[in-house]
Amino acid sequence: MSEKLGFWRTYLFSTDHKTIAKQYFTLGLLWAIVGGLTAYLMRWQLAFPDTEVPGWGFIAPDFYNMLVTMHGTILVFFVAMPILLATFGNFLIPLMIGARDMAFPRLNMLSFWVFALASLVLLISFFVPGGAASAGWTGYPPLSAKADYTGVGWGINLWILALALEFISFLMGGINFLTTTINLRAPGMTFFRLPLIIWMQITAAVLFMLSVGPLIAGAVMLLMDRTLGTTFYLPEGGGEPLLWQHLFWFFGHPEVYVILLPGLGMVLETMPAFSRKPIFGYRPIIYSTIAAGILSFIVWAHHQFISGMDPRLAMPFSITTIIISVPFALIVFAMIATLWRASIHFSTPMLFALGTLSVFILGGLTGIFNGSAPIDIYIHDTYFVVAHFHYTLFSATFFAGFAGITYWFPKMFGRMMNETLGKIHFWLTFIFFNATFIPMHFVGLGGMMRRIANPMEYEFLKSLQPVNEFITVCAILLLISQIPFVVNFLWSMIRGSVAERNPWQANTLEWSAPSPPPHGNFETIPVVYRSPYEYSSPEATEDWLPQDRPLTPSAAARQ
Amino acid sequence: MLNWFPENISTFGGEIDSLFYLILYITGAWFIATEGLIVFFLIRFRRRQGSKAAYLPGETLRQASWILVPCVVVLVLDLWIDFRGAAVWAKVKGGMPPSDLRIQVTAKQFNWEIVYPGPDGKLGTADDLLMENELHVPAGKVVHVVLKSKDVIHSFFLPNLRLKQDIVPGREIEAWFEATKPGKYEIPCAELCGFGHSGMNGWLHVHTADDYAKWVREQWPSEK
Amino acid sequence: MNSTAETITATGIPSGKIGVWWFLASEITVFGGFIASYIVVRLGSSGWSEAAAHLNFSLALVNTFVLLTSSLTMVLAFAAVEGGNRKRLRTYLWLTILLGLTFLAIKAFEYGGEIAAGFTPGAGIFWSFYYGMTGLHALHVLGGVVVNLILLFATLRGLLKPNEHRVELAGLYWHFVDIVWIFLFPLLYLT
Ligand SMILES: [Cu+2]
Ligand SMILES: [Cu+2]
Repeated sequence: MSEKLGFWRTYLFSTDHKTIAKQYFTLGLLWAIVGGLTAYLMRWQLAFPDTEVPGWGFIAPDFYNMLVTMHGTILVFFVAMPILLATFGNFLIPLMIGARDMAFPRLNMLSFWVFALASLVLLISFFVPGGAASAGWTGYPPLSAKADYTGVGWGINLWILALALEFISFLMGGINFLTTTINLRAPGMTFFRLPLIIWMQITAAVLFMLSVGPLIAGAVMLLMDRTLGTTFYLPEGGGEPLLWQHLFWFFGHPEVYVILLPGLGMVLETMPAFSRKPIFGYRPIIYSTIAAGILSFIVWAHHQFISGMDPRLAMPFSITTIIISVPFALIVFAMIATLWRASIHFSTPMLFALGTLSVFILGGLTGIFNGSAPIDIYIHDTYFVVAHFHYTLFSATFFAGFAGITYWFPKMFGRMMNETLGKIHFWLTFIFFNATFIPMHFVGLGGMMRRIANPMEYEFLKSLQPVNEFITVCAILLLISQIPFVVNFLWSMIRGSVAERNPWQANTLEWSAPSPPPHGNFETIPVVYRSPYEYSSPEATEDWLPQDRPLTPSAAARQ
Repeated sequence: MLNWFPENISTFGGEIDSLFYLILYITGAWFIATEGLIVFFLIRFRRRQGSKAAYLPGETLRQASWILVPCVVVLVLDLWIDFRGAAVWAKVKGGMPPSDLRIQVTAKQFNWEIVYPGPDGKLGTADDLLMENELHVPAGKVVHVVLKSKDVIHSFFLPNLRLKQDIVPGREIEAWFEATKPGKYEIPCAELCGFGHSGMNGWLHVHTADDYAKWVREQWPSEK
Repeated sequence: MNSTAETITATGIPSGKIGVWWFLASEITVFGGFIASYIVVRLGSSGWSEAAAHLNFSLALVNTFVLLTSSLTMVLAFAAVEGGNRKRLRTYLWLTILLGLTFLAIKAFEYGGEIAAGFTPGAGIFWSFYYGMTGLHALHVLGGVVVNLILLFATLRGLLKPNEHRVELAGLYWHFVDIVWIFLFPLLYLT
């Protein structure tokens, strides 16, 4: 602990889970900027087709397809996953279970560097001849399987390679998350005393590890089709294009929860702390999470109702899909019940947590439309779907991500963030997010297809163009609204007021470590006496009761 | 009533639309109930001097039933939606009402090639007629379309008919519809299929019975 | 030692073992996905048995024995660790590595024969799956050889002492790769 590690081992090749978390966060934020840029370019083109994008230039149709593809790929795999899983999982798991580090610190470092390599490969793919991948983030073959169909050669090969590396990185990360949680819990930290975000993180890790395998096999096949001349997905060689869709979505739906569950976890941590009340229904929430995780493996074909698969398969998948609303409804109800008779403090993290909840409700409800097979005939591949998954994934990634970052910032950097800037950031984001994505539902119901570069080429979409323009203006304002966050983040890191150990008076173990925790986290490994959300407990005089505080001298003496 | 959909001109479109509204009312009610409750709680239980939060872990069955009972309601409504949905799905995609009019649509980057069977009513014979991006059908008659692709996956989308079907190379997929109102409607492609995907579009011409007969006479003048 | 290296665990099972088991669980889904794809596509089309008849069955049978034997030597290497016999550990690791390389050499020879006969990866859907599945498996064998080589060098330089349980972990992986072959062999060669 006291040994000096030098610059390289402290900042770059660190095995400290907290440093690795920050490394993931940095890369995730950098990719978020690229993702935001792609959104800006696409939105401009949609609202004002074939005009020059300010600061960029004209957008050709094949370039637009590349933007669509990269926007999805970047946001899902290079923003949401590194931030929600890798950053918060790495930072929080050892601290919240009372461990000094991950079970495999060097594997942890390796997973980050493999992710960095994946990032590099994806970045290079923008600059190879033919440009980056443009077959959609879902990469459906045959379009993606033959260079002739897109005109993209190495762009798609590198795209597959980048994804494969990303998967390997998160597989190693998942192994670390699970092993650490199973094996390095502090004395007294039973599974049913784990904070809910830890449950969410390990469920996400299990979902990822058990669903990504078939897609890795599928990616091998796709790469072989492109480079070795095999015909896995090419019907002229006896292949089956729909095979990819099954492999992709068998992973794809659990993947949604891989992102969503950690997001919900942030809400479940911040909400009790700023309601001064235990989370309502701790165990029911855990059981619901597991149930949703299991169900997520038998819903994948809801992405393929009209794909050409046997139509008799549609209704069974439609039923499982719609029923998955039950466990999530329970989690939402539990969150609402937590607010009942609480003492709510509207801090920035709490605002973002509430924002996540209210936005996620709408995203969940529109999922029922998509899950209904007959409705999907009409709304499949329209902007209704686009609006739906932005309501779920934007809420998880950004609203919940901001809740998490503003809540744990004092622990990460030892300084407080500015509340005023935080609140301005929240309200701007909340208003412009809804102003952007609510109208998108109506554009979708009007029939506007995804992934078209120019809605004005269609007579039936022309009347929707004013709405498209409105969406674009709001989307740009939404992007600009992130400036207060960047300012606040950077400024607070250097100049924020120094944070104490437990500025929110919260109960979980990370708050009994110094802010920021040193290498090794705790002075002595804490001992856990109770569940993580004992706020306003009748046993304590204050309205909080940390997990590691012995109540009676005899309990303390036993240790 | 509400006109956020394009005008419906198919026999099954109305059923899709009304199922949509059923789901809209159910989810709309939940939306108002949950968001309303959140706003109410936020105002009612905001932090005030001297007030302390209640200690309610919600772990006992008695307490947890506050969230379990609504979940049962959710489940019942889910099953209702599934039940109604199954009937509509069976009608649109489950089977096809019989018809003697079978038209072949072959998608390719970036056009619809539409082949009419001609007077003999059979595809693949000498009197077949090929038209690019123009689909002519009579109103009030069931039409079968045979969907094929020459290259990548496309999606045959008729917004006004509430019909969409992906077209997969290597397969022949059949769909059906019955248009109710004469007019000219678009057939966009709904699946990303390459750089020309945006703008891949065709026209559906729905004719009255008389007009359709006239159109047929124009196309095949030698036949009776 | 660094204070972050804790040896006491909450479950009593070594972390390395838990990690390897999770790793193998996700590996199962990789090959499981491949095999499931093979079965589904095969059920939907014909002409597979004719193509499979062109494979070199006897070489593959020999290869199966090679791989099974290597699993045995791997077990013996682990037994040597348990018995504290460093010399035997080295011998059996060497044997396992050699058998793994033999497997790869025979496999490469098979590929050569098939490609020479015109059965390239692009020769049809059976050949796509054949090269895809055996190729991915061969990469796993190669990975196992590398792992065993690292262990062998560690024993030679006397560095393995505190980490001898790693032989067991490498063994778990090696047996897994072996078992995958037991599935691939009948699926590709016997049908
Ligand atoms: Cu899904
Ligand atoms: Cu298209």
